[in-house]
Amino acid sequence: MPKIEVDKEFCKSCGLCTVQCPKKIIKIGNVVNSKGYNIAEQTDESQCTGCKLCAIVCPDMAIVVYK
Amino acid sequence: MSKEFIKGNEAIAEAAVRAGCRFFAGYPITPQNDIPEYLSKRLFEVGGNFIQGESEVASVNMVFGVAATGIRSMTSSSGPGLALKAEGISNLAGARVPSVVVNVARGGPAIGTILTAQQDYLSATKAPAPGGFKCFVLAPATVQEAADLVYEAFDIADKYRTPVYVLADGMTGNMMEVVELPPMRELSELPSKDDWRVNKLEQDGNFRSISSYSPTAEGLQEMNEASEAMYQQWDKEEQRWEAFMMDDAEYVVTGYGSSGRIAKSAVKELRAQGIKAGLIRPITLVPFPKDAFDQIDYGRIKEIFVAEMSIPAQYADDVRWATKSKLEIISVLTSGGVILETEAIVDAVKERV
Amino acid sequence: MNVVYGSPSFTSEVMGTGYCPGCGHGTVHKLLAEVVEELSVREKTVLCYPIGCAGLGGGWTNLNTLSCAHGRAGAVATAVKKTNQDNVIIAYQGDGDLAAIGMAETMHAANRGENITVIFINNTNFGMTGGQMAPTTLIGQKATTSPDGRDLERHGAPFKMAELIAKLEAPKFVGRYAVHDAKNAIKTKAAIKKGLQMQLDKKGYSFIEVLSVCPTNWKKNPLDSAKYIDEVVSKTYPLGVYKDVE
Repeated sequence: MPKIEVDKEFCKSCGLCTVQCPKKIIKIGNVVNSKGYNIAEQTDESQCTGCKLCAIVCPDMAIVVYK
Repeated sequence: MSKEFIKGNEAIAEAAVRAGCRFFAGYPITPQNDIPEYLSKRLFEVGGNFIQGESEVASVNMVFGVAATGIRSMTSSSGPGLALKAEGISNLAGARVPSVVVNVARGGPAIGTILTAQQDYLSATKAPAPGGFKCFVLAPATVQEAADLVYEAFDIADKYRTPVYVLADGMTGNMMEVVELPPMRELSELPSKDDWRVNKLEQDGNFRSISSYSPTAEGLQEMNEASEAMYQQWDKEEQRWEAFMMDDAEYVVTGYGSSGRIAKSAVKELRAQGIKAGLIRPITLVPFPKDAFDQIDYGRIKEIFVAEMSIPAQYADDVRWATKSKLEIISVLTSGGVILETEAIVDAVKERV
Repeated sequence: MNVVYGSPSFTSEVMGTGYCPGCGHGTVHKLLAEVVEELSVREKTVLCYPIGCAGLGGGWTNLNTLSCAHGRAGAVATAVKKTNQDNVIIAYQGDGDLAAIGMAETMHAANRGENITVIFINNTNFGMTGGQMAPTTLIGQKATTSPDGRDLERHGAPFKMAELIAKLEAPKFVGRYAVHDAKNAIKTKAAIKKGLQMQLDKKGYSFIEVLSVCPTNWKKNPLDSAKYIDEVVSKTYPLGVYKDVE
C-alpha cells in the first residue's frame, strides 16, 4: 500500500501538502518538532494513492513517498 | 629573448599573456585603453577569452568567476574605474580568488583628469573597499618593470590565492621604452588548481563553494584570521624595494612608481653635484618595505624627501610610520596630472644642504 | 515498498533549508537538484548564487557554488561559461538582485545570449532585508518602503522581466512559471530541465522566471500566499512561455 513519511525536522507546517492531497488525508497534526512547528501527518494511510503531489509541492523535501 | 620598443600598457598586456593569463574583462577608461584593446585580439590568438564588460562592476565580477575556475585572469582600469571595481576586489580578496588587477592611475578626486597621477595610493594599499582586507600591491617604475611585475603578479596570486594589485600610472602606461619581454609560459607548467577550483567536486563528492561569506560569526573570523596570517607572511618574506646609493647617503629621497624613477634621477643629479643623496624606492607597497627604512642610519640622516604625484600627500604617511617619526618629512608634491620635475626634488634637497 | 519520491541523492540530509515556511525557494532548489540528477550533470554544474534569500540555497543543493556580489550573477555566469564551455552554468537570482541592482548585468547577459540558464525567483519584494519594495512589487502592494502601496506615478510600473528578456534578439527560451502548487511545480521543473538540456545541446540562453510566495513579508500564511499568486500576482505576471526558438 502506498504511503508517505514526513520528516519531522524538515517539516515547517506550511500546509501546502494538505490542500494538494486529492484525498484530503494530510493535515497539520499535534506533534511539534524541535523548531516548534506542528508537523504534517497522514490521517488515513489506506486511502493514499502514492500520487506524489504532496511531496512535489513541499518546499522542504520533508515528504518521502512509498509505493 | 628579444627586445621590443613597446608602450607600457601593451607591455603589461603582453606580459600577462606570457604569464599564462587567458581571460581579461575590462571597460574603457583612459589612460589604460591599450590594455583591453591589445588583449581583445591577442587573447584569442592563444586560445583565451576577452570580454568587454557592460561596466567596471561587471568586468571585475567576470574575473571573479573565471579566476574561480582556475584560469589566470586579469582586469585593468584607472582611478574612478577602480572605485567601481572595489566591491568586486573585496570579493576576490574575501573569497581568496587569485587574480590580477591593474590600475593605470590618473588624477582625482572623482573623474579628475585622464592625465597621470599617484592619487590612489591609499585606496590601493589601505582600503580598496569596506571590510578590511589587503591586496598584494606592486608598483612598477618603468615599462620594463611593469612587464616584469605583471608577469610575476600571476605567480604571487597563485601562491597565496589572493588578488594582486599592480599600481602603475598613466606615465608608465603610456610611455614607450625598449623592453625585454619575459618568455611565454606553458599552461601545463602552471600550478594545478584542482584542489580548489569551483568547477570540480571535492574528492569525497561534496560540493565546493567559493565565497567571501560565512554563515557563522566564528567562521568569518577564521577566514579573516587566515588572511591576516597571509599578510604577516608577506611582511616577513615579500617586502621588496630598490635602494640606490644609500650606503653613505646623508640625504634620503623616496618615492614609488614614476615618482621613484624621477627621484632616482634627482639622486644621480645631486651626486653629480657632490651631494650625498640616496634613494629608497618601494617595489611592493603591500607589504610595505619597512625593513628598508629600518636600515636607515638615523644618526646620520635627519630628514627624508618624499616625492609623490598626489596632493594631499598619501605615501608620505607610510614613510612617517616606517621611519617611526624619527625623520622630518619634506614632501615634494604635484597633483592632478602635473608631472613631478627632477629639479623640484634636487632643489628641495639643496635648500637643506 | 519502494521510494517513489524523495530527496535527490545529493541534497543535504542534515541541514534542511533556511527558508520560511512555504517559501518557493526551497521548492525551486529541489526541482533544480532533481533536474541536475536526472541529467547526470552534477560534476559539471556551477551555481552562481546571489545576495538575498536566494543565496541561502548554496549549501543545501550540494552543488558547486560561486557566491556572487549583489546583482552580478549574470556577469559571472557569462564569463564562467565563455571560458568553461563544458560546464553547466546556472545563475540563480531573486528580484532585488536580478531586476534592481543587477539590471545591467541581467540585460547584457541576456543580450549576449551566452549559453547559460537564468532562474529568476520573483516574490515581488526584497525578502531577506525585510520586505522592501522591489522593481517587481505590484501596483498597490504594500512594502516596508512603500507603506501606502506601490503607486504608478510615484514608483513607476513593475518590471516584467520575462517579457523584457523575450524582446531581446539573443535569448532562446523565456518563460514564467510558479511553484505554489504541484501542477505548476511540475511545469517549472520541465522548464528548468529544458533550459539545462539546451545548455548541453549548445542551443543558447534560457530565462526561467518563477513566481514565488513570500508569506513572511506578504504577511499572509502560506496557503493564503499561494492563493494570492493565483488571484493577484499572476494577473500582473501572467504565466506561460514568452519565447521558444529552440
